[in-house]
Amino acid sequence: MPEPGAAPSLIGAPVKRREDQRLLTGRGRFVADLLRPGMVHAAFLRSPHAHARILRIDATAATFGPGGVAVFTADDLRPHARPLRALSRMRGYAVTEMPALASDKARYAGEAVAAVLAESRYAAEDAVDRIVVDYAPLPAASDPRTAMADGSPLVHEEIKTNVILSRAFSQGDVTAALAGSAVRVADRFRFRRHAAVAIENRAGLAEWDAGAGALTLWTSTQVPGMLREALADLLLLPAHRVRVVAPDVGGGFGMKSALYPEEVAVCALARLLGRPVKWIGDRREDLLTSTQAWDEDIEAELGLDGDGRILGLRASVWADLGAYSIYPWTASIEAIQVVSFLPGPYRVPHYHAEAWGVATNKAPMGPYRGVGRPVSTFVMEGLIDRAARRLGMDPAALRLANLIRPDELPYRSPSGLVWDSGAFIETLERACDAVDYARLRAAPPRDAAARRRTGIGIASYVELTGVGSAIPASPGADIATGTEGATVRVDPAGTVTAAFGLACHGQGHETTLAQIIAQEVGVELDAVRVVHGDTEAGPIGTGTYASRSAVIGGGAAILASRAVRDKALLIAAHRLEVDPRDLEMAGGVAWVRGAPDRRIPLSDIARTAYFGVRRLPKDMEPGLEATRYYDPYIGTAANATHIALVEVDLDLCSVTLARYVIVEDAGRIINPLIVEGQAIGGVAQGLGAALLEEVVYSDDGQPLTGSLMDYVIPTAVEMPLVEVMHVEQPSPSTLGGFKGVGEGGTIGAPAAIANAVANALAPLGVEITELPITPERLFRLLDRRREPAVECAP
Amino acid sequence: MADLVSVQLTINGQRREGRCEPRKLLVDFVREDLGLTGTHVGCEHGVCGACTVLVNGLAARSCLMLAVQANGTELVTVEGLMKDGKLHPLQQAFHEHHGLQCGFCTPGMLLAALDFLNTNPSPTEKEIRQGLSAVLCRCTGYQGIVRAVEAAAIVLRDAR
Repeated sequence: MPEPGAAPSLIGAPVKRREDQRLLTGRGRFVADLLRPGMVHAAFLRSPHAHARILRIDATAATFGPGGVAVFTADDLRPHARPLRALSRMRGYAVTEMPALASDKARYAGEAVAAVLAESRYAAEDAVDRIVVDYAPLPAASDPRTAMADGSPLVHEEIKTNVILSRAFSQGDVTAALAGSAVRVADRFRFRRHAAVAIENRAGLAEWDAGAGALTLWTSTQVPGMLREALADLLLLPAHRVRVVAPDVGGGFGMKSALYPEEVAVCALARLLGRPVKWIGDRREDLLTSTQAWDEDIEAELGLDGDGRILGLRASVWADLGAYSIYPWTASIEAIQVVSFLPGPYRVPHYHAEAWGVATNKAPMGPYRGVGRPVSTFVMEGLIDRAARRLGMDPAALRLANLIRPDELPYRSPSGLVWDSGAFIETLERACDAVDYARLRAAPPRDAAARRRTGIGIASYVELTGVGSAIPASPGADIATGTEGATVRVDPAGTVTAAFGLACHGQGHETTLAQIIAQEVGVELDAVRVVHGDTEAGPIGTGTYASRSAVIGGGAAILASRAVRDKALLIAAHRLEVDPRDLEMAGGVAWVRGAPDRRIPLSDIARTAYFGVRRLPKDMEPGLEATRYYDPYIGTAANATHIALVEVDLDLCSVTLARYVIVEDAGRIINPLIVEGQAIGGVAQGLGAALLEEVVYSDDGQPLTGSLMDYVIPTAVEMPLVEVMHVEQPSPSTLGGFKGVGEGGTIGAPAAIANAVANALAPLGVEITELPITPERLFRLLDRRREPAVECAP
Repeated sequence: MADLVSVQLTINGQRREGRCEPRKLLVDFVREDLGLTGTHVGCEHGVCGACTVLVNGLAARSCLMLAVQANGTELVTVEGLMKDGKLHPLQQAFHEHHGLQCGFCTPGMLLAALDFLNTNPSPTEKEIRQGLSAVLCRCTGYQGIVRAVEAAAIVLRDAR
């Protein structure tokens, strides 16, 4: 019998996704699709005021209606659910309490004030309209810099200030460095408020089994493990009787990684009522209440010597945190990441940054793909381009002079983060080659009167992925995000079930993790089934967020798979009476190297392990499964360079993307289809942030972007073809060599697009300091532009 | 609560009937009364397109229709695309070209693409992007979807 050939590794292969079959045929199971016997439907009455005392709630007209209606307020829930308190050890942080239903005050327009349960969602909403609430409106805090001042309306009176966070990072003496700089560029940057807009709105279905004293929550979440621990605590239930399941989830992007008041409310109501409670959020609720992001006001200054070497960087960052510090990340996560990553992949000897997180009467701020890094990249890359213009240097050349070189790695950044690896120069050079940068830059400039102008924008960034126990994903927060586990079990039929505490919401874990396990154990891909998103099924873990699943989940998968493989080979060797080192295993069969007719299938090995235990090696424990946890400790840096080519139409005030190129160091790639999909999806959200999307509140805290007609996300028309290339260098720091790839698209794209527009408009004396560059904003910039005395070099 | 009204229609080739309030949205009727949960609700104001179905052969936003408006019509939803256990060429192409990630917009995207290719069987890339602009996807950046529709167009043309 011929020896099985060496099949190409599954790790690295563009395997088509296992998830697709059910999702393509309408057989996905999202929360809205789930039915439980006796289920009732919930709707929430929400505050129309940004800031108001709640004086009286009169539900009489609501409770006497068809469809069997019950109304609940904070008083009803208080004995059953504690308020959410996001804790942090960080100095300069103040804890705020977020109740499931607002009690004495509403702190943002849209905050839930009462819950209505009825036999149908239609009847529940009818009843919501019949509840009468007496509010005493209060002045609203709506601008973070103003809200810091004494005398500003206080969002949380008990902490006596709206400054929830203040923190500074320092390295060296930036004042002296800037004073000694030949060139100093400074600006005030505004990255406006954004929303994740997953196409599936948030939703939760809670069921209380009174007989077993057990609670199950099906919810559209990224973090079932985190929710389980939190809900047990808040609902005063033993954790081993709380189960959280993330079924199919329609997008998360970080926004679904917090615990929301509605999730607490449906759990408490299910217990109170003794019937399952289902809440399906609608788009209005999503835009009102789902966490918002990237809303920072930044004054920054960069100093360089005459040769273009960076000497110092200074920044002040004001983050608009909204009304509550979200659980578990805390309100600090955005602002801290802005100042942690601001120096980027550059050598910055002297650095000082201070950040303030200020509460306002808006929906809370939370993590959204990139968390702080889209903003820090926009600022730093914008400063670099300004410096290049001032020095008369090419922007790529200026970057090359300052990017950390491979021989300087590992490199400790001014904020204390360590870049273990990175292809900063290589990604920049290859991206420039891909767009034929030298030829584009050498092309004759457009006629000064041209109404259509082209521009090139570069953005280089570095990020930390797969962060292990050394650094909490949200510094100071009371959560452990550095590990994940994998349970790999071979059943007596020889098929493999692998369970994780991760919770996939579009990233293809059922495929990529199966690729790793099949390769490491030695079975066919179809012999592996990946289970995720259910706290009952997997090992203890938190979930999927922060670009960690490939690194941490993949590492745990490797460890558990190898343990299973090693044991299987010991059993096989015993059965075949050979040394285990003489065995190969692939495709679900173990055979003696060089004598392939001496073989034993994995199913036979497994049957021995479970049912033929007298044929196991002496003293070997029965069974064929392993649970292993992995901690990558520091994690691993990932980086990329993005280049955007834009065309700006000065009459239409429109920006079109002509071409978009990414060269990324994504470590060892598990599945190139999925890596590319993550990059391009991220670019789409980054494009939206740069050109289209803005959450707008009035000065009195009224949301003005309440529908998808106002909050506009990209369609297929706005997106160019994105070319993604890779530097395939395994990470030196992670088991498997994997890096996280989920967030790079949003980190680089706003900066690249902003720089491209600025490049196009530089001859007109227009700088880009604010995103999104909507047509109206562009019109105003052009309308009031300075007439340059001398034509600036583009 | 208003009296219930009878709604009779043909959906994916099957005659079905239900009784609902006149104000009930078609998408809710399909999902709840007919038990076909493949069609999704994303916005309830006719922008995201996740609810797209075919009504008498033409794409429609079922969140902007009342169930009673569909009385006597022929509907196609995502559950009706497979034939004899085989994926429709569009479904197969989405699978081959990584045209989906979370899958929530996918039923709407498939039906919108089907309607588009029915009207424009040999589209350019630009025409495909315009034709699909009625459905929002937040995960993919549309590139895999466009490639899938390009590939499916060829298969569907060859099959004619």
